[in-house]
Amino acid sequence: MAATKRKILGLIFSDMHDAVISDLTKERTMGSVLFGGRYRLIDFPLSGMVNSGIHEVGVITKSNYQSLLDHLGSGREWDLARKKGGLHLLPPFSHVASGIYRGRLEALYGVWSFIGHSDANYVVLSDCDVIANMDYSKVVEHHISTGADITSVYANDNLSVEQAQSSTVFGLNDEGRIVDVLLNPHISGSCNVSLNTFVLSKEFLKNIVLEAASRSLYRFELSILQARAGDYKIMGYCHDDYFSRITSMYDYYNSNMRLLDGAERKKLFKTNSPIYTKVRDNPPAKFEECSVKNSLIGDGSIIEGTVENCVLFRGVRVKKGAVVKDSILMQDTVIGANCDISCVITDKNVKVSDKRMLTGSKNYPLFLGKGAEI
Amino acid sequence: MYTKKECVAMLLAGGQGSRLYALTQDMAKPAVPYGGKYRIIDFALSNCTNSGIDTVGVLTQYQPLVLHEYVGNGQPWDLDKLYGGVHALPPYQTALGASWYEGTANAIYQNMSFIERYSPEYVIVLGGDHIYKMDYSLMVAEHKNKEADCTIAVLDVSKEEASRFGIMTCNEEGRVVDFTEKPKEPKSTLASMGIYVFTWDKLKKYLIENENANTGSKDFGKDIIPAMLADKQRMYAYAFDGYWKDVGTLDSLWEANMDLLNPNLPINLYDPGWKMYSRSPVMPPLNIGPGAEINNSMVNDGCDINGKVTFSILFDGVTIEEGATVNYSIVMPGSVIKSGAVVEFAIVGQDCVVGSDSHIGATPDASKNIEDWGIAVIGHSIEVSKNAKVAPKEIISENI
Repeated sequence: MAATKRKILGLIFSDMHDAVISDLTKERTMGSVLFGGRYRLIDFPLSGMVNSGIHEVGVITKSNYQSLLDHLGSGREWDLARKKGGLHLLPPFSHVASGIYRGRLEALYGVWSFIGHSDANYVVLSDCDVIANMDYSKVVEHHISTGADITSVYANDNLSVEQAQSSTVFGLNDEGRIVDVLLNPHISGSCNVSLNTFVLSKEFLKNIVLEAASRSLYRFELSILQARAGDYKIMGYCHDDYFSRITSMYDYYNSNMRLLDGAERKKLFKTNSPIYTKVRDNPPAKFEECSVKNSLIGDGSIIEGTVENCVLFRGVRVKKGAVVKDSILMQDTVIGANCDISCVITDKNVKVSDKRMLTGSKNYPLFLGKGAEI
Repeated sequence: MYTKKECVAMLLAGGQGSRLYALTQDMAKPAVPYGGKYRIIDFALSNCTNSGIDTVGVLTQYQPLVLHEYVGNGQPWDLDKLYGGVHALPPYQTALGASWYEGTANAIYQNMSFIERYSPEYVIVLGGDHIYKMDYSLMVAEHKNKEADCTIAVLDVSKEEASRFGIMTCNEEGRVVDFTEKPKEPKSTLASMGIYVFTWDKLKKYLIENENANTGSKDFGKDIIPAMLADKQRMYAYAFDGYWKDVGTLDSLWEANMDLLNPNLPINLYDPGWKMYSRSPVMPPLNIGPGAEINNSMVNDGCDINGKVTFSILFDGVTIEEGATVNYSIVMPGSVIKSGAVVEFAIVGQDCVVGSDSHIGATPDASKNIEDWGIAVIGHSIEVSKNAKVAPKEIISENI
């Protein structure tokens, strides 16, 4: 067989699942939700693609995308400011048929002229609700070697009923073929849960997208994965490595806190496949007379109080005498002197005046919206 | 055809910085890390971009690899311009032969064609080895106001320090009447900061004359300034009263870092209106472990702190293992301090491994005679073995 050049196009859906953390996506897309002290959720699939040798990536977005555009810019920080390929932002109305889409298939139909122009022969689709450091080239390899029509990445996870209700769960046969697809099922326990990452050949994707458009079908999971599991060869690819899925604020809180465990952190942040993000030109974090334990601290932060078991983003200030525990403080949050804060999530630019006491709980962290002044 | 630039900056970055010993063995002084995430040259480059000067020639000579790679296309400083921007200018060969830069004035002389491409009114000559924040546009404005031929930035220093600098005497209106390089008996305390604004036509004339005179030194302080003064050119002093620190010696490099930990910040790096830019490495967030103790320190992204850190500056990707202690020290990018090691009053270079239970440096009180005490220094990429001792003032440039 003559060697064919394998070229992969990446497509990231920045705003699928926005509703599961509606507090955080009120003014931004899922992809631009802040995570892990210095990242946005889109950094994970985007860096993964770049590290897997995918140098042409389209980012599909629907609404509230100002923060996303601001974060991605020209794509230079992901090394995607390229003459050939590179980063392409695909907002609604950017192409002939693209409007406010109702689902994945309709979104793909809307930007088909972009996809059609690419000389890639495989397409990787990813959402922004999974935090992982995935090698997509291995998924494509698996896709080719199994001769699949569609390859769907899944992982084995123990789901609560609440989590399962925001999940796609697969049933696989012995050959790893997906034979059963449950959408938002009312179940719990050990499941093969979809990581919302798919590989298809561009040709096959074209066929299903065009066919779906002619039948007014717009939901990929429902109308393709579930309805056609018998007709198409849909193979599962098991992601047997670090991942966290965000299906709720509770998940969001826990997947941030999980990074405080050094062993877990090493699984996500690998030396050979770094996670890229926007540069902000902050000075290093500064620690005055303070006590900081078991926390991630963003650059440009200034800490004068006590911080324990927290994730602090860039430019956070914790003033004298303040005690902050089990909390997530996003970019430029200011905690006044002698405050007592525990189990709180603050969005960007939250200002808490001196001597306030704010307490949430680990299973229901207290959330303060963007720019709130308390 | 190029359009004009009013002012072009020429940044002298070819110096070896021999008094930084092991730290400048493989890199020029302007490339030496400073302040947890910067390199010394970031200050001059950021000042340029913040002052609206977007055309900068960086004159390199000694060990230019790290510096060239670091400056690159100038993008981190917003100096990747369609027209202008930052350009590294190492010595080059011509039809008439090739020569190294023989002095500061000769370096500019050899790059007159670079300056001429922009037909500037003014040229600002900068050093790449000082820590300071300065709005050069104000100095250029002052130069224009006074219709000066040359304006020299000066700092009021103490009498004791004065003999280390070029010292200026001025009349009442600020015009320079006398200039002496490193005088034994200083007549004044106005020290040249090595920052000059010249009217380009004038400078060009003096550079050519100096080249033809072949003085041997071909230096601004030794030749150009005295020659212009002798010809009664309009030369003015421009007083600067902010923080300015020469980092030419190991002690001053250490001090300039420690200055950042002073609660009355002499230089504010957190000012959003005058950001200091640098090339940022890709690093995971900074982690402070469950057993860590950290106070009065600056720590950059990618560090993993599990020991005790006080009054120290840690660059990106430094690991401090559990049970290790770092006091009053500077640890440069990527170095690992193993468990039980004690690092105090020391500078540890890039990518070093300081073995467990080793002891680097000592507090000044521990020395009987203060003359014997000084900062201990580990060069770049050095391995210090388990239980090793490095005395104060010692400089390590090979694995021990």
